[in-house]
Amino acid sequence: MSNTHAAFVRTEQVPPSPPPANAAGPVKWAKDNLFSTPFYSVLTIVALYVIYLILGNTLPWILNGVWGTSSLAECREVLDGVSAGCFSVLTERWNQLLFGFKYPADQYWRPALTFLLFFAAAAPVLFYKLPRKLLLFTAIFPFLAYYLIWGGTILTPILALVGTVVGYLVYQRLVSGSFAAGFFGGIAAAFVVWIIGGMLVPDNANEGAMLQAVPSRDLGGFMLNMMLGVACVSLSVPLGIALALGRQSDMPLIKWICVIFIEFIRGVPLITLLFVASVMLAYFFPPGTTTDLFLRVVIMITMFSAAYIAEVIRGGLAALPRGQYEAADSLGLDYPQAMRLIILPQALKISIPGIVNVAVGLFKDTTLVSVISMFDLLGMIRGPILASTEWNGVYWELLGFAALLFFVVCYGISQYSQWLERQLATDHR
Amino acid sequence: MTTMTDPPQESFRLSMLLNDTRYRSYTFQFIALIVLISSIAFLMSNLFSNLAAAGLNISYQFLGSPAGYDINQTLVEYTSQSTNARAALVGILNTLLVAFLACVTATVFGVIAGVLRLSNNWLVSKLMSFYVEIFRNIPVLIWIIIIFTIMIAVLPGPRAFRGDDPAASMVLNAVAFTNRGVYIPAPVWGPGSLVVVATFILSVIGVFAYRRYATNLLYATGRLLPMGWPSLAILFVPTLLVYFIMGMPIGLDYPALKGFNFSGGIKVGGPLIALWFALSIYTGAFIAENVRAGIQAISKGQSEAAGALGLRPGRIMNLVVLPQALRVIIPPLISQYLNITKNSSLAIAVGYADVTATLGGITLNQTGRAIECVLLLMLFYLTISLSISAIMNVYNNSVKLKER
Repeated sequence: MSNTHAAFVRTEQVPPSPPPANAAGPVKWAKDNLFSTPFYSVLTIVALYVIYLILGNTLPWILNGVWGTSSLAECREVLDGVSAGCFSVLTERWNQLLFGFKYPADQYWRPALTFLLFFAAAAPVLFYKLPRKLLLFTAIFPFLAYYLIWGGTILTPILALVGTVVGYLVYQRLVSGSFAAGFFGGIAAAFVVWIIGGMLVPDNANEGAMLQAVPSRDLGGFMLNMMLGVACVSLSVPLGIALALGRQSDMPLIKWICVIFIEFIRGVPLITLLFVASVMLAYFFPPGTTTDLFLRVVIMITMFSAAYIAEVIRGGLAALPRGQYEAADSLGLDYPQAMRLIILPQALKISIPGIVNVAVGLFKDTTLVSVISMFDLLGMIRGPILASTEWNGVYWELLGFAALLFFVVCYGISQYSQWLERQLATDHR
Repeated sequence: MTTMTDPPQESFRLSMLLNDTRYRSYTFQFIALIVLISSIAFLMSNLFSNLAAAGLNISYQFLGSPAGYDINQTLVEYTSQSTNARAALVGILNTLLVAFLACVTATVFGVIAGVLRLSNNWLVSKLMSFYVEIFRNIPVLIWIIIIFTIMIAVLPGPRAFRGDDPAASMVLNAVAFTNRGVYIPAPVWGPGSLVVVATFILSVIGVFAYRRYATNLLYATGRLLPMGWPSLAILFVPTLLVYFIMGMPIGLDYPALKGFNFSGGIKVGGPLIALWFALSIYTGAFIAENVRAGIQAISKGQSEAAGALGLRPGRIMNLVVLPQALRVIIPPLISQYLNITKNSSLAIAVGYADVTATLGGITLNQTGRAIECVLLLMLFYLTISLSISAIMNVYNNSVKLKER
């Protein structure tokens, strides 16, 4: 063949040469992502300058911060004219920021323990792959938490627990016949136990109790935000489901009650509802009874978030294809069965991101109670701490701490909801 | 042979109220009605016996009596001798003012952040998602207080502007940032200024007319008239001409340091600025997410198809993507505006005299008319909310996809 005439034939592969420097590595990345057009180049430079401004001012302030002094004056002496943070206010007032200024100092272990147990109780709800037996602890936790935080006689939480258990047993017994009978029978049985039990507890039961009784007005600090957030979210989800179902109902009376309630609550700001709790709600209780502010605030915030959760769940119900309802009907399921077994599991799954959004918003809104002079984290900062002679004028450290605390919690919750959404995604996208 | 007959008409029995699904709903509604009426009766009887015990009654007489307190920022004339109703009106106007200002700026922040978050520039989009996450996850009350603290603790007092070598100076010799508020120049309307304003309004109408003419011409003949610079020219040239012909009737009254404080100009109080700015950046973060979701909801095929038709990127955005994205963006945007209006009630935390602070705050505390004040307050917010949602429903019906 003619190949033999060739002067040179390459017999081995040429080693691949690296791409040119401007088409690979960080240079190419920067060219593609930072300087692709003149406009983007300008934007990048502006953004870099903004970042420099922010970090250049805050980083030295944080890094040079003072941690061990006992008052602002002392801190200024240590700083000697340098502009930096006096973070010692956080260490010195740490307990006040977390627990408020009236909670007995030797009892701080109680809310702290409750906080730790809260994670154990929340874990089986949040992570559905954990063993289901753990839910038993979740069921006990509200009573345990009440006992730990408020203290006093152990009879109250035990009676509440017994009433709940009796109600649950009655429900289990009757639910096979009819859901309505089980549901209302269970509630009635629980109330009977509570009322009878309430007569049995002596009036002076709190004296000499193992855990010292702490009245609600002594609660404060970030603990109060956590308690309001957790209590109101967990109470408002069932109420929200009921309202959403009521709004979808065929019965005009029930539908209109729910519509008016939801639209009314969503139309007014939370702060007016808190005013209702602080100045108006007491007029609606039977004469002679006193309910503490904490309970009134929990009632109002629960109603507030229940209305928003109801709207989210209504969206979930509306998003279900019509066929699901018809399929449930054609199987011969009655309304409670269809709802519990077919509709709600799917609708709630769709509503999870929305419910979490409402929960995050609600947790942020618990700071509003500082306006009606409850000493939550923000109330503590603006009231007792900034007004004290030692720390008058330490704004940024305290407000920054509060912001950081809320950011960590809220960002954590929203990340969890995104994770859960991915876990629950069963469609084939 | 069989005959088809109707099943025998069952006569109504009482047990069907429980067992027959056709009648059971009446039972439930009847029970619900009884529960509702009896609980309302219970609450009302409690209310009246409590009121009687406290020696109170429900009466709105207090609205006509003098308020007896001063309000530092008012849009209408108000003295401490004005009535409580007048104070409530001042509060309502202040609420609407801060809500309007915050809606405008929040939209600007939100649209900029939402669009930039989608940009291909890595640094800018990361910076914008940082902004969104930071502001969405921290309570708005903390932001209001942080900005208010900046206003009162960081900005210089009026005395810092005094002397030959002052510690602080006015921006452009016109705007002074002090810890008592921001002083901006106030317009002074001289004789003949009405003509200038009228010319300006006519020019605005003229711009719209020109643009409609150009569009019609484009559709009719295909001839493309320039849009940008003629619009600007129509907008400004006649107004400027008239302004100088009339002898510059509109002037500016600059704030100046007199004694211990600034005088002249318009004083925008620190609480208003704090509330306005905090609501804007906080809600801006939410609006940014809505805008991003709206733009992402438009499938890429739409802009690719527009590109295949030969449209330029600006026109793709204006004519194809935005009209579709707006349908997704506007409903949540309106509910953000509602949120701004409701969140403006946090003004009470920084002492801005909105309706919550006047009617629900000082008036309530001075007169002790808790029930009346809170009811009026709720009525006001309900009216605003329900009318905005009514408008939104009309809008939604007008832009929803017309399916045949």
